[in-house]
Amino acid sequence: MSDGTKEATTPQLRQDDPRDRVASPPAPGKEEIEKEKKGAAAQRVVDPDYLILEAPRKKEFITGSEAAKESIRRANVDIAIAYPITPQSETMQQVGYLYAEGYIKDYYRGEEEIGVMSAIAGASRSGVRCLTATAGPGLMRGLEAIVSWPGARLPSVLLVMCRVVNTPLAIQPDNVEISYLLNAGGIVLHGENQQDFYDFPLVAFMVSEKPEVTLPAAVAVDGFFVTHARGWVSMPAEDIKLPPRDCYHEAVPMMDNENPPIRIARDAPIQKSNFISYQMHASWQQEIWSAQERAKKWLDRWLGGLIEIVNPTAKTMIVASGAAVSQGREAVRQAGEQGLDVGLIKVKSLRPFPGKELDEALDHADKIVVPEFNYVGWLSKEIKANIKRTDRVVGGPRVYGGMTMPTELILETIKDSNER
Amino acid sequence: MSLKTINAAPGFQDYLPKEYQDLLEDGPFFKQRKVSELGSFKEVIEEHPMCSGCAMTLFIRLVYLGLPSLEHTVICGTAGCGRLAISQGAVPFIYGNYGDTNAVASGLKRGLDIRFPDTPKDVVVMAGDGGLADIGFHGVMHSWFRKEKFTTIMLDNEVYGNTGGQDSGMTQKGMVMKMAPTGKKFEKMDMLGLAKTAGVAYTARIAPTNPTRVANTVRKAVLIAREVGPTFIQAYTSCNIEYAIPTPKVMDDARDVEKDRYGFVEYFSDDAKAYWEESEKERKRLRKAEKK
Repeated sequence: MSDGTKEATTPQLRQDDPRDRVASPPAPGKEEIEKEKKGAAAQRVVDPDYLILEAPRKKEFITGSEAAKESIRRANVDIAIAYPITPQSETMQQVGYLYAEGYIKDYYRGEEEIGVMSAIAGASRSGVRCLTATAGPGLMRGLEAIVSWPGARLPSVLLVMCRVVNTPLAIQPDNVEISYLLNAGGIVLHGENQQDFYDFPLVAFMVSEKPEVTLPAAVAVDGFFVTHARGWVSMPAEDIKLPPRDCYHEAVPMMDNENPPIRIARDAPIQKSNFISYQMHASWQQEIWSAQERAKKWLDRWLGGLIEIVNPTAKTMIVASGAAVSQGREAVRQAGEQGLDVGLIKVKSLRPFPGKELDEALDHADKIVVPEFNYVGWLSKEIKANIKRTDRVVGGPRVYGGMTMPTELILETIKDSNER
Repeated sequence: MSLKTINAAPGFQDYLPKEYQDLLEDGPFFKQRKVSELGSFKEVIEEHPMCSGCAMTLFIRLVYLGLPSLEHTVICGTAGCGRLAISQGAVPFIYGNYGDTNAVASGLKRGLDIRFPDTPKDVVVMAGDGGLADIGFHGVMHSWFRKEKFTTIMLDNEVYGNTGGQDSGMTQKGMVMKMAPTGKKFEKMDMLGLAKTAGVAYTARIAPTNPTRVANTVRKAVLIAREVGPTFIQAYTSCNIEYAIPTPKVMDDARDVEKDRYGFVEYFSDDAKAYWEESEKERKRLRKAEKK
């Protein structure tokens, strides 16, 4: 065509294409798209309780990125805005395939993360259900926009596939970036495995849009360990989806100008130096954190509790979130073989933080071991800030910059702390 | 929040503030007002905290007048003088983060198109030269490259007025400003040229010397954005404080600058030209039919 545009074409794949076809499947062909379009059109809306808790499920052995895709397929998303960064790209490109197949109404690749996170702020204000995802440095870049979402009361879901953010630059797993999200004001869930990466986004959408919550929600997982590895994921059939966003049952009015004449500036500049503006700002912030508390009952209902407890009476308890939970589970098993009585608490929700629940579940424990995939130990600090007798907390083991966490490391930490 | 919560129940309209009642009964909603009618109807903006004699305020008032359907418009802005007035208008206004206007507008417009496929909802970015040409530059450019269907209006006062007089990319070369102590070292950015390169459907440069032309240009830009693609208006809206223009001389300055280097220019893409000519013909035909 004269203006330089071309018909959509798919490049021919090279026979010796070195890319990983499992972790990064190519875009669907025309026939597949036509078939899937019928599937998308045939999807029916079901009650969230049914989709999340009751619908019969089948198991599949898939990557974390594929699990997220299957979650989004059933999430009734209106608009998804993408920008590539390792190890997130595989997920949002597959979300793009869902758009091509008719499961999502609009999708585009934004200019970079500030642009993407700002566009999510615009889309959410319009009243539609929106999704994006990022990782590591992308999260850091988008943070200015992300920390403004809760105050503007913008329901949305942000998937975070954690990786190194520090210099020297690396794409390896390391979840220090979650510590920056913890004080942003939004809901933050931390998934352990591929199953969580299917389940958590659906829960996140529903909780985020509850009238008494009306907050953005992030679902974080540890990059590569979850996103690029395969695991068993049980899921209901593809023909059901969540109800659409009901934007007129949320905490704030929509920016759709359906009520002229009205002056809505939900995010009005309150920059005067007087006690009325101080009070407005203070109450606004208090309200965000109160909304987090109000999210707890819904997270309880759909996640089966903010924490999961294994071997609850053990005197030595491991407390972990994310991929460290899986290592903790195996450490509990190995400790049992060695005659050690060790328990585990999985923290599913970091915001709202289950402080009271942890305090109660850990009251009997003599030692609390907190394995983490980061140097700074943000989870151990959170736990110390929420329980009594903090000298019981052993902050570690910690691995970072891409290191794996052998279970031996956790067992050694337990034994060392017992000897001390 | 339910729509009912923020709509006046019919029995209670008489008890609402007089301003609200005036807007309902005699405002610019659901009918296009003309410049000649100014002073005879209730405008969406009347009180504001802008400096005395501010040309930007006059321009913003004219923008509200030109918007083709105020009742279906949402405005996006960012930090700067302009938002002090825009946030007083009886039109929804998004005051986002620094320089995020065109990204926010992209998401907003697409979302509104999903929800209201049969009602054109107009999104208009109105922000300063610093917000659009400096901190928000990449967002502006990419919204243009993506052909996002909304209008961007630059309130170009050639300075960071709200922070106290620092040079922006749109300041003229050589001007001594608070962060250009020996004079600005590079030329005023050619945003009109960049808009053309990026494929913007309609671009205009304008000064607030001719109110009817301002209102018509805004109307044209918003209607073309609705149907064809991104549109851009770059408006000279002098800062009489930082440029030390005596208040009674603000319009003299606007006329001088217009004559010297800020004359009215407009540029249509081929698609925009074809659309505009066709819709003008249609409007004339309808007017004739009405007269008969």
